[in-house]
Amino acid sequence: MSDEQIPGKGQEPEQAVEVEQVPAEQRASGADVPPPPAANRILREIASSSWLLSLLAIVIALVIGSILIAWTDPAVQKAAGYFFSRPADTFKAIWEAIAGAYTSLFQGAIYNPKRGDFINAIKPLTETLTFATPLIAAGLGVALTFRVGMFNIGGRGQILIAAAAAGWVSWSFELPPFLHILFATLAALIGGAVWAGIAGVLKARTGAHEVILTIMLNYVAYYLISYLLKTPGALQAPGSNTPKSPPALESAIFPTLSDLIGVGSYRVNLGFILAILATVWLWYLLNRSSMGFRFRAVGENPHAARTAGISVKSTYVLAMVLSGALLGLAGASQVLGTTTTGFAAGVDAGIGFDAITVALLGRSRPWGVFFSGLLFGALKAGGYTMQASEGIPIDIVLVVQSVIVLLIAAPPLVRAVFRLPSPDATATVRPAKATAKKVVTK
Amino acid sequence: MTTTAPAPANAAPIVHEKALVRSWKTPIVLGVFALVGLLMAFVFPASGETTFGLSTERDAIQLAPLVVPTQATVVITSLLLVVAALGALAYVKFGKGHAPLWLSIVFAVLFLVTFLTWVAAGKTIPVPGMLVGTVALSVPLIFGALGGVVSERAGVVNIAIEGQLLFGAFSAAVVGSLTGSPWAGLFAAMVGAVLVSFVLAAFSIKYLVDQVIVGVVLNVLVTGLTSFFYSKVLTSDPAFNKPTKFEVLPIPLLSDIPILGPVLFRQTLIVYLMYIAVFLVWFGLFKTRWGLRVRAVGEHPTAADTVGISVNSTRFWNVSLAGAIVGIGGAYYTLDVVGQFGKEMTNGAGFIALAAVIFGRWDPIRATLAGLLFGFATNLQSVLGIIGSPVPSDFMLMLPYVVTIFAVAGLVGVSRGPAAAGKPYIKS
Repeated sequence: MSDEQIPGKGQEPEQAVEVEQVPAEQRASGADVPPPPAANRILREIASSSWLLSLLAIVIALVIGSILIAWTDPAVQKAAGYFFSRPADTFKAIWEAIAGAYTSLFQGAIYNPKRGDFINAIKPLTETLTFATPLIAAGLGVALTFRVGMFNIGGRGQILIAAAAAGWVSWSFELPPFLHILFATLAALIGGAVWAGIAGVLKARTGAHEVILTIMLNYVAYYLISYLLKTPGALQAPGSNTPKSPPALESAIFPTLSDLIGVGSYRVNLGFILAILATVWLWYLLNRSSMGFRFRAVGENPHAARTAGISVKSTYVLAMVLSGALLGLAGASQVLGTTTTGFAAGVDAGIGFDAITVALLGRSRPWGVFFSGLLFGALKAGGYTMQASEGIPIDIVLVVQSVIVLLIAAPPLVRAVFRLPSPDATATVRPAKATAKKVVTK
Repeated sequence: MTTTAPAPANAAPIVHEKALVRSWKTPIVLGVFALVGLLMAFVFPASGETTFGLSTERDAIQLAPLVVPTQATVVITSLLLVVAALGALAYVKFGKGHAPLWLSIVFAVLFLVTFLTWVAAGKTIPVPGMLVGTVALSVPLIFGALGGVVSERAGVVNIAIEGQLLFGAFSAAVVGSLTGSPWAGLFAAMVGAVLVSFVLAAFSIKYLVDQVIVGVVLNVLVTGLTSFFYSKVLTSDPAFNKPTKFEVLPIPLLSDIPILGPVLFRQTLIVYLMYIAVFLVWFGLFKTRWGLRVRAVGEHPTAADTVGISVNSTRFWNVSLAGAIVGIGGAYYTLDVVGQFGKEMTNGAGFIALAAVIFGRWDPIRATLAGLLFGFATNLQSVLGIIGSPVPSDFMLMLPYVVTIFAVAGLVGVSRGPAAAGKPYIKS
């Protein structure tokens, strides 16, 4: 009896302290502002945890990837059949499977000495940059909405609409090279911005949740583009029966690195420069401009932002529009950079969903997104090589990617796996709760 | 125990004020569709005769095909549509302020008859085939929507329906093939989808990760895992992908009812399970203590906690239950309609199910009807594609999503979910 009563008594003062603390904090802030919604707080926590955790999450994900590779490898399965007579064979087979996979991943993503001279051997790195270009642009777009406390799951639809707009400009008009690229890219930005803007306006005007809106708009865009690609006179290539667009005119295509320096067959193009510029722009916007300040204020606590005189609704619309424009840039880099010979309805190549993982791994910071885009670009480029040379399906990249993001979204889990201490900084919100949790995890 | 309840200061009886809210949206929407009907009747008249095939060769009672003159039928039914729209208007103006659901359903059926008669002028529409196809496409949507309703009513937004369906289909295919028993496959589908639910529940309830993020990422994870194993294992060794399918169990007598019999009662066990599941979820949510607790936890977790309901464990187990329900829908792909697993075979059905949850306003019966409607729209485009129609198939496929956008934006009735859905409950 007394044992049961002691923790009961011990808890009561703690709870009492907490109850008193909350109004005290509100009084200290000097206004009757309700606390931010949980979603905003969680998104902020994701953005503020340390780089070490990202690294550890990547390590765990690669280990899980290795387990999958070894488990499904025929040589390993064969050796495991006589594991108890010669266990060393199994370990050797596992080692060979995993080493082979990661070697080909590296050779596909960074540097392949088997390709001969340096110009050819370094080509995989440029492939990584090529794959990273749309991921970075799209990731920046998703990150921007995260910072405003919103989710843009509609990357697919925005990329498709942008690709259609850019594609249409790229083959319908004959313009001087520089102007043509400019107009086609602008068309993509506007296309993405309009499609995202629909969701933004509906959220602001009717309070509908942007997650549902953007998911549904993805499918609307997909079927709309499918229809247009099947309709002669719209997006379908003239004289063709397949749902595919005409190729872009030469003057609208992003120049590649090889066009510039005259050697090799590098596919990395102007789009990568635009992605870097977009990163710099978003960094400036979020960290140095008053608009970015409003964005972040709404993301931290929309109630407080409204009290401070910021129009939350127009911030939502504006953030959505800018986010759509960044996803539009990803669409432009697809149809003007890599898929220039005409595109089908699958031109988005899953970038819209990859962008969410890129933004989460990059913790919604522009440069974080840039580097996580590079990492996922490398995984994609290497994944194709791994598929070709080792017979490991490219889908493993999706597994690795999603495990990384799941772990990053749950810092306590990674800390529990590696027995790291919980940082006190994040525990300021609810000290009693945090310590209680630590006891539970240990 | 020394505190006593304070006596009420004024014991005057509480008078409930009943505000009469007139909702004009239903009559407006019905009016617009009635106008479309009039357009079909008078502006773009179709000539000839339309044939509705009512029986297949297997039916015990053979019905002769129904042949109607196209133009006359369209004129009559479109005028009936106008009457129904005016009826809805009268209900709102003079009645309880709301047009009843049955009127909308009658209107929808009438509109369909009008549209089909008009679109298939001079051709034959196989009615039983069309309805069988509708049920086939709706079953996973309805299971997905039921799972979504349970999960969201408990306060956890379930974007991962797609992943649960896909993993259910995958588990059913593999286990069904290895054991040779569809029952084991069905069980495995439920277990597989529950595993996905466990991740969703653990991350969103214990680690307070945003439910939307977990859902989206889980879909990617399940797509990656199943595609990986499909390409690496199932294609190289087909023995893993040959599940024994459930056999069709015609229900005696009921399956001989013309038209509806073959559609509803000449099905496999999974479809009969669906009828039971719809009823049980509805009954459970609204008539039992369990349902009251689930809804309390989803609407106002603090209040539920105050009266002694453990919010987080209620949420955890109900999200898991939702996974089991969705898993049956996944098994329907591999143990019934398709018969083997294919890469990304659910093809967005989970998101249509999500749309059905929202369009059905988080109510099991309405969500089921929405699932049927979306299944019908998807099936209609393939029927129209066969008979050749002026409406492009892509727009029919787009319909569920457009309807959902209208629904969440409040343009067609207000669609408001459980108040606490999407918010983790942190006990303070």
